[in-house]
Amino acid sequence: MTAYIGKRLLAAIPVIIGLSVIVFLVMKLIPGDPAQALLGSYATPDNVARINRALGLDRSWPEQYVIWIGNLLQGDFGRSYILNRPVLDEVLERFGATLILAGASLVICSVLGILAGIVSAVRQFGWTDRIVTFFVLIGISMPAFFLGLVFILFFAVQWRLLPASGMYAVYGGGDLPDLLRHLILPASTLAIVATGVVARLTRAAMLEVLRQDFIRTARAKGLSENKVIYRHAFRAALVSIIPVLGIQAGFVLGGALYIETVFQWPGLGQMLVKAVSTRDLLLVQGGVLVAATVYVLVNLLADVAQALLDPRLKA
Amino acid sequence: MTDLTAPVSAPARKRRSNLQLLMANRLAAAGLFIFGFIVILALLAPILPIPNPDITDQPNRLLPPLSEGHLLGTDHLGRDILSRLIWGTQVSLLVGVSATALAAFFGSLIGLVAGYVRGATDSILMRFVDMLMAFPYILLAIAIVAALGPGLLNALYAIALVNIPFFARNIRGVTVSIRNREFVDAARLSGKSHAAVLFTEVLPNVLPVIVITMSTTVGWMILETAGLSFLGLGAQPPTSDLGSMLGQARAQLFTAPHASIIPGVMIFLLVMSINLLGDGVRDVLDPRLRSGTLGRPMPVTKIKRETKPASTIEDAPALFVENLSTGFDTGGSITPAVNEISFRLDKGECLGLIGESGSGKSVTALSLMGLVASPPGIITNGGVYIQGQDVLSLREQDLIALRGARVAYVFQDPLTTLHPLFSVADQIAEAVLAHNPIGKRAARQRAVELMETVGIRDASGRASAYPHELSGGQRQRIGIAMALANDPDIIIADEPTTALDVTVQARILELLQKLRRERGLALLLITHDFGVVAQVCDRVAVMKNGEIVEQGETQTILRAPQHDYTKRLIACVPELGEGHSFLDRVRPLFSEAKA
Repeated sequence: MTAYIGKRLLAAIPVIIGLSVIVFLVMKLIPGDPAQALLGSYATPDNVARINRALGLDRSWPEQYVIWIGNLLQGDFGRSYILNRPVLDEVLERFGATLILAGASLVICSVLGILAGIVSAVRQFGWTDRIVTFFVLIGISMPAFFLGLVFILFFAVQWRLLPASGMYAVYGGGDLPDLLRHLILPASTLAIVATGVVARLTRAAMLEVLRQDFIRTARAKGLSENKVIYRHAFRAALVSIIPVLGIQAGFVLGGALYIETVFQWPGLGQMLVKAVSTRDLLLVQGGVLVAATVYVLVNLLADVAQALLDPRLKA
Repeated sequence: MTDLTAPVSAPARKRRSNLQLLMANRLAAAGLFIFGFIVILALLAPILPIPNPDITDQPNRLLPPLSEGHLLGTDHLGRDILSRLIWGTQVSLLVGVSATALAAFFGSLIGLVAGYVRGATDSILMRFVDMLMAFPYILLAIAIVAALGPGLLNALYAIALVNIPFFARNIRGVTVSIRNREFVDAARLSGKSHAAVLFTEVLPNVLPVIVITMSTTVGWMILETAGLSFLGLGAQPPTSDLGSMLGQARAQLFTAPHASIIPGVMIFLLVMSINLLGDGVRDVLDPRLRSGTLGRPMPVTKIKRETKPASTIEDAPALFVENLSTGFDTGGSITPAVNEISFRLDKGECLGLIGESGSGKSVTALSLMGLVASPPGIITNGGVYIQGQDVLSLREQDLIALRGARVAYVFQDPLTTLHPLFSVADQIAEAVLAHNPIGKRAARQRAVELMETVGIRDASGRASAYPHELSGGQRQRIGIAMALANDPDIIIADEPTTALDVTVQARILELLQKLRRERGLALLLITHDFGVVAQVCDRVAVMKNGEIVEQGETQTILRAPQHDYTKRLIACVPELGEGHSFLDRVRPLFSEAKA
């Protein structure tokens, strides 16, 4: 097993290098001369050349990339000139809040989605199945940012059950129950789409497995229907559900952009949106790179979990 | 298990056009209707009698819906919401569809080229696509918008780019499977250039996949561009799409919720109608992708007998089957697979049930314990008496309690019939525990004993092996050990040696014979091979087209077969060293049959 994990870890390295190349290239998309943009329209050619040299922009792209990567590896992600603080500090601080939100959503969508999918498959074409299918359709068609507003309107404004924004109460907050109260609305909003996707795929995976020969064998042994479904069929279906959960981690990380803006959650998503509108490019670069790396690692985790569940994959 | 696809003589249905098929799907039709309505409304925006969407009217700001002159009210600048909604929908649709078209074009091109050319081009292109996919979905888009600057067109490019991988991957997969097909080879040999082959031979066959991928992603892309606009990174004033309407109205959420809710509901309706339509299109173009259309098999085959036979009979043998009929429900009518068959099996006896693929022998075997997958399977007549008790009259849980306890099965392909994710000893122990709660450890101990009984060397060492780690013969021995777990009276072996090579086959048959003699088991052996029957069975029943055409002592039938079909089956057993004379011997028997 350790050999397998080591192999997967090694395979992740080129992916992460690839990510950094793409992020680097995207930053090269910026129209115009960055030095010109920095200095404004009254810059003299001399000054432009000086800034270009200072930023290393007069070198070739591969050289620039290597220098950039070298800096990254030393923890130097550059400085946000809008916030006037190191990019890495800001990104890591924000990322904690996003992990809480995205992690909670991932738990919600996994548990609810898998349960709904199983029930839907077991009661195929029955009322439960229809209700689940209906909610799945709503879930995957609903703009999450709109749903967030609707939730705020009802749960925070109309019924005054839960706070509408922020991570902690301004006065007297800061403990775990306070955090959880603030977490409920954004986390469930963020989980809606992913829950629909997980439920849909779980249903399909269960129905697929239930037609396999080994399920007939389980029945021929005289196992109860509950054992057939929850032990034999679900265990086999889980192998194809796990990678889907890994992909959902990416959707949840991306969805945080909207949800954090709607609920004023002080996370990476909110930071990125602000940074894009102020064109704080180094901050965007650092945030995207950290989030993407975490996503790669989450998928690696999913791979390992899948191999633990399915002995055939380890070979 | 080819037998389960019994001769289907379903009435050939009239082929319907794709549109007819689509409209037959009520949800897809509803989706098409809503989507069509929204599109027409958006297209008619210039000629509809609605006010200019950009004219502000501060005194009349935030009017509620149904106000005079403003059906849906006004926004924070006093602009007419209905008018802005229709114009905004037009923008959202245009952006979503353009992004889809861009992603489809470039993604399909990458997929086609990578899949057709293969080699280094393929790996470079697909590695690039993998890299794009390694980003959390929308984050790459935001990096692109950050670099290019906020704006509707830049948002469109960003969304299109992050969706290219979906197309590239899907299209490449299909292209790879098509490029080696005969018609592509033929086109290449006829002297067409690679480009011509790619676009005239491959592309038309890949097109349905492109359409499916487009129809399933366009809703998503509309949602994402609206999202970017909502964040203020897409449409910039004065242009506005549904997302930016919602984003601007957000500030007045508490005082004028309608200004947010109306565009939000519109996005939802638009995306939902597209999703419904997309699912429908996918089902029509590629029925195999359709999930969950086959019903899930129920614990026991559906039993719907015309007449109910006596639930018990006197002086019964181990197994007595009377007038058993099983069919498959093919949408309204029932296609029979097994027709009114009767046979008996005494204690310690071996009965061979022989016939070609599709003769109904496997369906017969599975019917006995209600294991035919249902739907579509359905038992329409007859009785199955185990020790004189009709099991088809039992309650569901009582029938389940008999499975594996009194009557056990050994199936054909032990690789697919054993659970791939449980160790073999666990699977045997589970069979023990299902009927005999002796505790996990004792059950595992018993499992190892059973593995020794069926002749697995180093049984305790192999106990925690998974099925894929064993050879075919060993796997089948595990299958037999599982069947023996509760000392059953009857073992039904459905082609137990068909998936094995000849030497292993002989050993497995030997094992079954030995167990039968030692334990007084009744064995129902299903096979298509008269050689196997001659070797093992006391009596034989010959099945053809769901009926038993002949049954009796094995020796009698081998010596003097009455039915032509039996003669042919016997003749089909080749003899060593026979060579070409085998065909000469067999041919006349079959030409007679055709005449």
